[in-house]
Amino acid sequence: MKKKLVMIGNGMAGVRAIEEILKANPDMFDITIFGAEKYPNYNRIMLSPVLAGDTTIEDIILNEEQWYADNNITLHMGKRITEIQRGHKKIIADDGTEAEYDNLIIATGSNPFIIPVPGHDKEGVMAFRDIDDCDAMFAAAKKYKKAAVIGGGLLGLEAAKGLLHLGMEATVIHDQATLMNMQLDTPAGEMLRADLEGQGMQFKVSTLTTEVTGGDRVEGLKFKDGSTLDCDLLIMAVGIRPNMALAEECGIYCNRGIVVNDYMQTITDPAIYSVGECAEHRGVAYGLVAPLFEQAKTLAYMITGQGLKSYEGSVVSTKLKIAGVDVFSAGDFMGTPGADIIELMDKVGGVYKKIVLEDDRIKGVVMFGDTADGPTFFQWMQDAKDVSELRSTLLFSASGLGDSGHSGIDQASAMADDTIVCGCNGVTKKDVVDAIVKEGLTTRKEVTACTKAAGSCGGCAGLIDQILVSTLGTAFVESEHEPICGCTDLNHEQVKEQIKTKKLTMVREVMNVLDWKEEGCQVCRPALNYYIGMIWPADSEDDRTSRIANEKMHANIQKDGTYSVIPRVYGGDTDADTLIRMGEVAKKYDIKTIKITGGQRIGLYGVKKDDLAAVWSDLDMPCGYAYGKALRTVKTCVGSEWCRFGTQDSTSLGIHLEKELDRIWFPAKVKLAVSGCPRNCAEATIKDFGIIGVDGGWEIQTGGNGGVHVVATELLCLVETAEEVEQIAKAYLQHYRETGRHNERCAPWQQRVGLDSIKALVVDDLESRKALADRLQVYLDGQARDPWLERIADEAALPEKKIFNEYRTIEIKEIN
Amino acid sequence: MSSAHESIQTPTWHSICKLDEIPRSGGRTVNAGALSIALFRLTDDSVKAIENRCPHKNGPLVEGVISGGDVLCPLHNWRVNLDSGEVAAPESGCVTRFPVKIEDGQVFLSL
Repeated sequence: MKKKLVMIGNGMAGVRAIEEILKANPDMFDITIFGAEKYPNYNRIMLSPVLAGDTTIEDIILNEEQWYADNNITLHMGKRITEIQRGHKKIIADDGTEAEYDNLIIATGSNPFIIPVPGHDKEGVMAFRDIDDCDAMFAAAKKYKKAAVIGGGLLGLEAAKGLLHLGMEATVIHDQATLMNMQLDTPAGEMLRADLEGQGMQFKVSTLTTEVTGGDRVEGLKFKDGSTLDCDLLIMAVGIRPNMALAEECGIYCNRGIVVNDYMQTITDPAIYSVGECAEHRGVAYGLVAPLFEQAKTLAYMITGQGLKSYEGSVVSTKLKIAGVDVFSAGDFMGTPGADIIELMDKVGGVYKKIVLEDDRIKGVVMFGDTADGPTFFQWMQDAKDVSELRSTLLFSASGLGDSGHSGIDQASAMADDTIVCGCNGVTKKDVVDAIVKEGLTTRKEVTACTKAAGSCGGCAGLIDQILVSTLGTAFVESEHEPICGCTDLNHEQVKEQIKTKKLTMVREVMNVLDWKEEGCQVCRPALNYYIGMIWPADSEDDRTSRIANEKMHANIQKDGTYSVIPRVYGGDTDADTLIRMGEVAKKYDIKTIKITGGQRIGLYGVKKDDLAAVWSDLDMPCGYAYGKALRTVKTCVGSEWCRFGTQDSTSLGIHLEKELDRIWFPAKVKLAVSGCPRNCAEATIKDFGIIGVDGGWEIQTGGNGGVHVVATELLCLVETAEEVEQIAKAYLQHYRETGRHNERCAPWQQRVGLDSIKALVVDDLESRKALADRLQVYLDGQARDPWLERIADEAALPEKKIFNEYRTIEIKEIN
Repeated sequence: MSSAHESIQTPTWHSICKLDEIPRSGGRTVNAGALSIALFRLTDDSVKAIENRCPHKNGPLVEGVISGGDVLCPLHNWRVNLDSGEVAAPESGCVTRFPVKIEDGQVFLSL
């Protein structure tokens, strides 16, 4: 018998929670939803664009009625709940409908606050909160001319803009001197006001309303300074109050809102949850959408018994949704007296930027006119990124600042609509934005499913996040915590933890024990196989069927279905006999293309699948792993042995390192380089692990990348001896093996984990350095073996002993 | 869609290999003249046979990763259903399917 889950409220946060619950376990609950409004779930934050004529009500519906039916959800629209009977575990609606629950979610949202001045109940006085308000404003605009809006905050300005669009005059009355004073400082507020005045909006600031005048209908306003204003429509947009009356009446503890714990349970009754604007978490009731979605996810984790996730509160940012006016603000943008502030003011160009710093970290930011870097700064603020080295150029576009290019989070808002965002699948920025708006998407994964953007090489993933941020108006990026793939709700770290604590040593076992939804896919199965081999090097076997074609065949599949074979050439150093042998093999097997690869090796291209084992056997060389998530090449220059500038023997060190680190699987491919002097001919500064010989020692540079996103390395340390280089290389790479996510290269990993923390573990702390290097050795002694030798041995084995059957083609001779 | 190959005549069965000679969750290539067929063994020990050629760029499907009832082409990750032969949306296309039977652990294929 399924448990009964009932939800009061049919808004964005609540329905999102239901969606998350269905995603986690579609069969756990019988779900019933009561909504007071007569519409299915719609995107409330898009009401302003509806009013401004930029979109329509049909376009902002997030879940059609069919969605509720498809998911077997009983939906009661237009029914207001009047009582919760906690003793009987049931709720009663105003029309007498009753529903029993095992778990109840209160997602009643918030009510607009109406200032209780005399005359506030006259006809023509309203809030701006839901579709009905929107409709009322459309209707009023046809009959009346003069609108007043009390409240110069986000919603008030958006409402006024909408009324202007509908052909009314609009005056905004604000009790403070600065518009949007919760989000903007005085200069930004002034610029915003000037801009909006240019669009025809009128203002009365530092003004308190004392009375609404008129007969049955509003005819004007009286202010505290004695002045008056004529109006025939009055919108109050002075804030929201959590809607908690229902909860309070049944004895659930409420403060500013319904008080919940870190799992979104009410602290009074563990069977009752609350989520969204009505909930108060750690003293904060949020009014923006991004935190509410995080809450929804947490609730779903808890209620479906996964219990691994707790909500710790959100940092929020604000973006005004008025076409042509760019405003961005986040964090502590005012700064305490004496705070470290960087400002840029261009009155003529209409650009103002201000960043508040503390200990070289961004504490707050406010921007006007040019907000392209807002989400970047917001990200850096959340990451507590040290910006001391960037400070001289910080305000002149973060996109020009070297390493930020890697995550691509600073270009999207400046892009034209027709710019191709995803080069692999030909998706434009407009395609992505349209999908986000029309389909109500909030995660990169949804965008990928819908548009295919970021579905191939993933190089544009950062850009997609950025477009999500700039489109949704809040920094809603949750890719960090996204599950590995659609087969599970667990993320990489959680899965690793489970493999470790439950001692899971087989891919199929992991999927069974951790309730995988399907049989796994091309994303999760290789990841699981890697994690198992990394965590249990001595106690697990490689699962070949969980490897993609290249790693299964130990050769690189080419576009015509043939393979390339690339043996090791340690340090790019070869000899005459080896070259002659390679030449003979190429002739014998009719290999058409022989190419010097980009990594100082020799590739044989166009080898037929059935020839692979024989080619490897005849070559008698170690496998070069040119196809896998493994050590690729160690590029070297000739170094001090030959070069007149060389200060160190880079070739010998490179050969040694390549031999030591050979045969290891990593989260992603790993490339090394050793240069013999600072001229750096081996290009060590765009490698995962780069070494540069200097007078009296070696400089170790890490976290570089020369691929889709060029990233220069960061200096890890300086050491004196080659032995130290070797130990640090092993420790660094083992640390990467243990904490890297499958398919995450060193460069983003290093940015995610932080160079300082890496330095502490692999350089400064000698014990942990040694422990890491030792753990890599355990792996090398255990699982690591040359795959080609294994295959050659299998080929020579008796038929019943052969295990690599997938290599062998079966021929059917007689065909009729 | 591939009904052309599912003829009404009694099919001619070709003995291919033992079930154990196909790796579980893996595949083997079967060649018949110019025709290449991908033979897959699923986790439940059922065997499926489809044309070993992705409708996209002729990728050898036999080398793909099996995911549920689909195989993912090793070249560009197109998803081909092993039962229907159809390519999953948003792409489109289909491959020919071939009847398979297993008797006493021996796999037979009809062309």
